[in-house]
Amino acid sequence: MSTADMTLPAKFDWSSEAATARRKRRHRADRRLRRLGIGAIVIAIGLLSILITSLAATGYRAFVQTMVTVPVYIDPQFVKEDDPAKGNYRAIVKGTLASLFPDVTSPGEQRALGQLLTNNTQFFIRDRVVADPSIIGKTIEMTVPVSDPFDQLEKGVLSRSLPENQRKINDMQIGWFDALAAEGRISTPFNWGLFFNSDSRFPELAGLAGAIVGSLYALLVCFLISFPVGIAAAVYLEEFAPKNKWTDLIEVNINNLAAVPSIVFGLLGLAVFLNFFGLPRSAPLVGGMVLSLMTLPTIIIVTRASLKAVPPSIREGALGMGASRHQVIAHHVLPLALPGILTGTIIGLAQALGETAPLLLIGMNAFITSPPGGLMDASTALPTQIFIWADSPERGFVDRTSAAILVLLGFLILMNITAIFLRQRLERTW
Amino acid sequence: MAGYAFLLILLLSIVGYYVGRSAGNRFVTAQGRDVHSLPGYHGAFVAVWIGVPAFILVLLWLLLQGPVIDAMLLSSLPAGYVDSDTGSRAALVLSEIKNVAAGRLFGEPSDEVRHAADLYNRWEAIARWAMLVSALAAMIVALVIARAKLGPRFRARNNFEFVVSALMIFCSLVAIATTVGIIASLVFEAWAFFKHVPINEFLFGLRWEPQIALRADQVAGKGAFGAIPVFTGTLLIAFIAMLVATPIGIFTAIYLVEYASDRVRATVKPIMEILAGIPTVVYGFFAVLIVAPAVRDTGSVLGIAVSPNSALAAGAVMGIMIIPFISSLSDDALKAVPRTMSDGSLALGATRAETMTKVMLPAAIPGIMGGVLLAMSRAIGETMIVVMAAGLIASLTLNPIDSVTTVTVQIVTLLVGDTEFDSPKTLAAFALGLVLFVVTLCLNIIALRIVQKYREQYE
Repeated sequence: MSTADMTLPAKFDWSSEAATARRKRRHRADRRLRRLGIGAIVIAIGLLSILITSLAATGYRAFVQTMVTVPVYIDPQFVKEDDPAKGNYRAIVKGTLASLFPDVTSPGEQRALGQLLTNNTQFFIRDRVVADPSIIGKTIEMTVPVSDPFDQLEKGVLSRSLPENQRKINDMQIGWFDALAAEGRISTPFNWGLFFNSDSRFPELAGLAGAIVGSLYALLVCFLISFPVGIAAAVYLEEFAPKNKWTDLIEVNINNLAAVPSIVFGLLGLAVFLNFFGLPRSAPLVGGMVLSLMTLPTIIIVTRASLKAVPPSIREGALGMGASRHQVIAHHVLPLALPGILTGTIIGLAQALGETAPLLLIGMNAFITSPPGGLMDASTALPTQIFIWADSPERGFVDRTSAAILVLLGFLILMNITAIFLRQRLERTW
Repeated sequence: MAGYAFLLILLLSIVGYYVGRSAGNRFVTAQGRDVHSLPGYHGAFVAVWIGVPAFILVLLWLLLQGPVIDAMLLSSLPAGYVDSDTGSRAALVLSEIKNVAAGRLFGEPSDEVRHAADLYNRWEAIARWAMLVSALAAMIVALVIARAKLGPRFRARNNFEFVVSALMIFCSLVAIATTVGIIASLVFEAWAFFKHVPINEFLFGLRWEPQIALRADQVAGKGAFGAIPVFTGTLLIAFIAMLVATPIGIFTAIYLVEYASDRVRATVKPIMEILAGIPTVVYGFFAVLIVAPAVRDTGSVLGIAVSPNSALAAGAVMGIMIIPFISSLSDDALKAVPRTMSDGSLALGATRAETMTKVMLPAAIPGIMGGVLLAMSRAIGETMIVVMAAGLIASLTLNPIDSVTTVTVQIVTLLVGDTEFDSPKTLAAFALGLVLFVVTLCLNIIALRIVQKYREQYE
């Protein structure tokens, strides 16, 4: 082509209809992408708020407990002063209810009346008498939890407008409950039992004490193993290890371990710790060991990152003063990297605290009614307790499950705040 | 007893430290600057020589004492008392012996068991005291040897640092040991399973009914351990999860990288971190309490019968769980695209959307793909949401409103509450675990490769 054939392109008319339409289309596409982005974020945040509000909406009820205050006559006919632990406390409970509602006489109605109080009322009275035998023969005021259906009634979960045959309690029982309420005997104080009771078949008595203690034991074991081992491994790999096939293998391995499904660690714990070494089932020791294997990669990765962040000048300075490489690490690099290491450790432990699947496989979902006394005792942990309660059919356990989740989230938030606080307080920029 | 042993080790190590340090101090007063190591290193040298071997000894003792005593007990029983070739009879007898030994009597134990229980109690006591005594002896010997080595020219620091280095190498090997342990336990138990059920029947069979094999009067396990329905169920739920999470995650990342102001970023990022930090059991409860009923109600409004444990509900909640994962990895990938590329595009007059779709996304796509693969592996391995919200019956279906089951659900249901390790039912869980491990491992390796390779491109 010769130069003579070349023509200047026609001046582009930016304000022409076609160009305007094109520009509008392009800007529309731009706005569309922006809206999709906003939409995605709104959906994510919306889902989070639905999750939190639904938990809070069902869980808040479990933080109060409906109690009833009844006058209990400790009849000397049923309890002997020389052996207060043995006595017919059922009869005392029966007598108490009979004194409140003297006109209830038929056995069927009496049984219905008995369902008002929690099943363990007789044991509460027994404990009271054992602690202070001088009350035998006297009438004392006792405050005991009402049984779950009445608790739900008081909290408005169980609707009075429901047809009688569709609810657990009949109109007559509601009438008794209302009569007690009218006398001012019903109260709804804060439910300390949620934190100080252990698990129970009865929702009104079930609490988290065993699970919290079990979780703490397991976390303690997890920390004692994964913290020193993780730091030592990270220091070796970052500061001492030669770059060769073996250290590469270890590194790839650690990255892969961090992404192995947690249930596989449960299978490992089951096959090796329980089956091969014969350690006890359901023990916080085994739970903590399994969790520590999962936490280890996290701690190693975080520690290596914070070791890397310490500037080389520190090392060179110390080496120049004649310190050995171990002294450089122990006296200068590690203390400077410690804030980052601690933050990472707390975040790793927070993950371990919420982990459920491996604990299920080693049996930490057993039904256990007392807090563990040591590392080898059978126990549950917070997440497995949530799993157990979520499976229970009683209405009261739905509230308890949500409340337990709120407690677990509370612990997690506490740990994360500590981590953030540590980072802000101790971290320095070079 | 173990606690006392560790306490003893700690105490003697401290004693050793002071012995060593005072020796070091004496060298310094005698020879001044000619001493090779600081007194503290002499102390540390003695302390690690006392503490480390004894610690390892006690640990090994504790781990091996149980199995060794069990084996000795079994061999002490009269011949023919435990005659079955499976391990379950032996395990039963052992637990009976231990119950009798601990004084928990159920019924009248036989003379053999009574005798064995006495033996057990005696051996336990012997083992405990022997552990303490041998640990003490080892520590005293170590103290004497280490103290004898000390001297003004002794390189205590180098020796101590050598031990510390060895300990650090040992700690790094724990990661390898864990992997080896995982593979060994899975392969070992899965091997036992494949003796009952042929491997191709497990991998390609179309019926999964593990409960049938429990009954002795039936032909053991034939045809009931085909895992295809379990695999399809897993993939179906993971697919639904990805369908929910991928668009939300990627669009979130796009908005945060390209459009969001600093303030929006600063508020959205922590919220995503909260989503990521919620334990999965909580998501599981959320699925059961809110999402599954909502899905069912929507279905009944539309006139569709939705199963109470629909794959849709479990998958959708799993998708929510994975959103932060995808968004943060996509965010990283988009941020790794050099600024000059997007600046050039914008300078040529392209809109932000055009810059994003024509320049940034094509450049970041390998990293995003890697993130999606990692999320996929996570969805496949996720346990609690599906255990709580998915079904138990393995049905071969791709219908999202049907109930399906997954690999992790089956592992949990096969193993929870079971302590026998010789029935195909419990061993099947390990075979499933092996498949799960291999699949997620492959996905992880591919994903990590892609992410790494992609990151190197611009550096």
